[in-house]
Amino acid sequence: MRVNVTVNGEDKQADDVWEGESLLYVLRERLGLPGSKNACEQGECGSCTVYLDDLPVCSCLVAAGQVEGREVRTVEGLAEGDRLDPVQQSFVDAGAVQCGFCTPGLVVAAHDLLNRVPDPSDEEIREALAGNLCRCTGYEKILDAVRMAGTR
Amino acid sequence: MDFLRPQNLAEALAFKAERPEAVPIAGGTDVMVELNFDHRRPGALLDLNRVGELAEWSTSDSGVRLGAAVPYTRVITELGDRLPGLAMASRTVGSPQIRNRGTVGGNLGAASPAGDTHPVLLVTGAEIEAASARGTRRIPAEEFYLGVKRNALAEDELITAVHLPVSEGAQQFSKVGTRNAMVIAVCSFAIAIEGFQVRAAIGSAAPTPRRVPEAEEFLAEELPWGAPLPDSLKRRFGELVAAAADPIDDVRGTAAYRKHALSVLARRTLGWAWQEILGRDSACA
Repeated sequence: MRVNVTVNGEDKQADDVWEGESLLYVLRERLGLPGSKNACEQGECGSCTVYLDDLPVCSCLVAAGQVEGREVRTVEGLAEGDRLDPVQQSFVDAGAVQCGFCTPGLVVAAHDLLNRVPDPSDEEIREALAGNLCRCTGYEKILDAVRMAGTR
Repeated sequence: MDFLRPQNLAEALAFKAERPEAVPIAGGTDVMVELNFDHRRPGALLDLNRVGELAEWSTSDSGVRLGAAVPYTRVITELGDRLPGLAMASRTVGSPQIRNRGTVGGNLGAASPAGDTHPVLLVTGAEIEAASARGTRRIPAEEFYLGVKRNALAEDELITAVHLPVSEGAQQFSKVGTRNAMVIAVCSFAIAIEGFQVRAAIGSAAPTPRRVPEAEEFLAEELPWGAPLPDSLKRRFGELVAAAADPIDDVRGTAAYRKHALSVLARRTLGWAWQEILGRDSACA
């Protein structure tokens, strides 16, 4: 099957897509966008979070065929050229990046939160990031990063 | 595997009539897990994302008609005032990412005993609208759950909507999980008190979600309308709820723990619902 999808503002085409494969697989293996990470493949870890038509979703749980004609924005699409998005910059500045595996998903989830709620409470941050796991036990720095990004 | 992409409901029903083995996929939060882990290889996927009729809700005198593919996030933000119990249960589903995709229709299609919305659908007297090329019918929630992951749908039918009355009483839902987010219910409980009637139901504590008739009858007779609840009444209610459960031991909890937790959930949710009712009465006076 062929899938036509707009990714980070560009029209893309993926060919020979197996009908049961996920959007995550299409992004990483067919379109060369490895930012979204493949970990649990069951929607538990949030590492593969991307925007689908402006809503954050687990790309491992979206069938490739379901994105035909739709818009996807990945962590690669948040920066403008070399200029990092304030959420990305805050993760760097706050030291919220350890092994880095969970970072792309957390950045997208935090980006969405701050779009909706520019000055979130700690409770709102925790709720918004509840779908993203970090196994380096680094949540405090991540919370710092989101608070910092909220002020930028 | 084929990927079927109907553009409207009539096309979707025609596909399902022709290919009964096609697995409907809306949010994908259950179906894709099964595909990713090689647990399922259906002949076809039937993508419902383009079927606009399924993604809308509407109201009438008889209540809300909730399209099967309306995601939980929209149930919470758009219907929390009309369907408080369903919104509460929706808030406990997965994470924001999952709630943006997962749907009540998907919960019903999967018919897992642990599905979060089932107890609420049972206590609100919801009806499931099922359609096929042959026509449309409405199935009371109580007749919908047939066994573990089995429901009353015919093989050529799709779930198109859920009909729920707008709440005028008190509704509460609570669930026990091993953490606060992203967790399947160890057990869950819903209660609705409205017009001197009581309905209560348990989830993840029997082969299907089920109502608890003895506990309901006890409460309807004993509730001290207009006065605070005695502790003894809450305790007895909890015992009757636990007695109606038929849970299993599994990785998430023992049967004994589930029964105990259900009695606690029953007491707590009853207390919350009663506070709601007393508060409303005093506000009126």
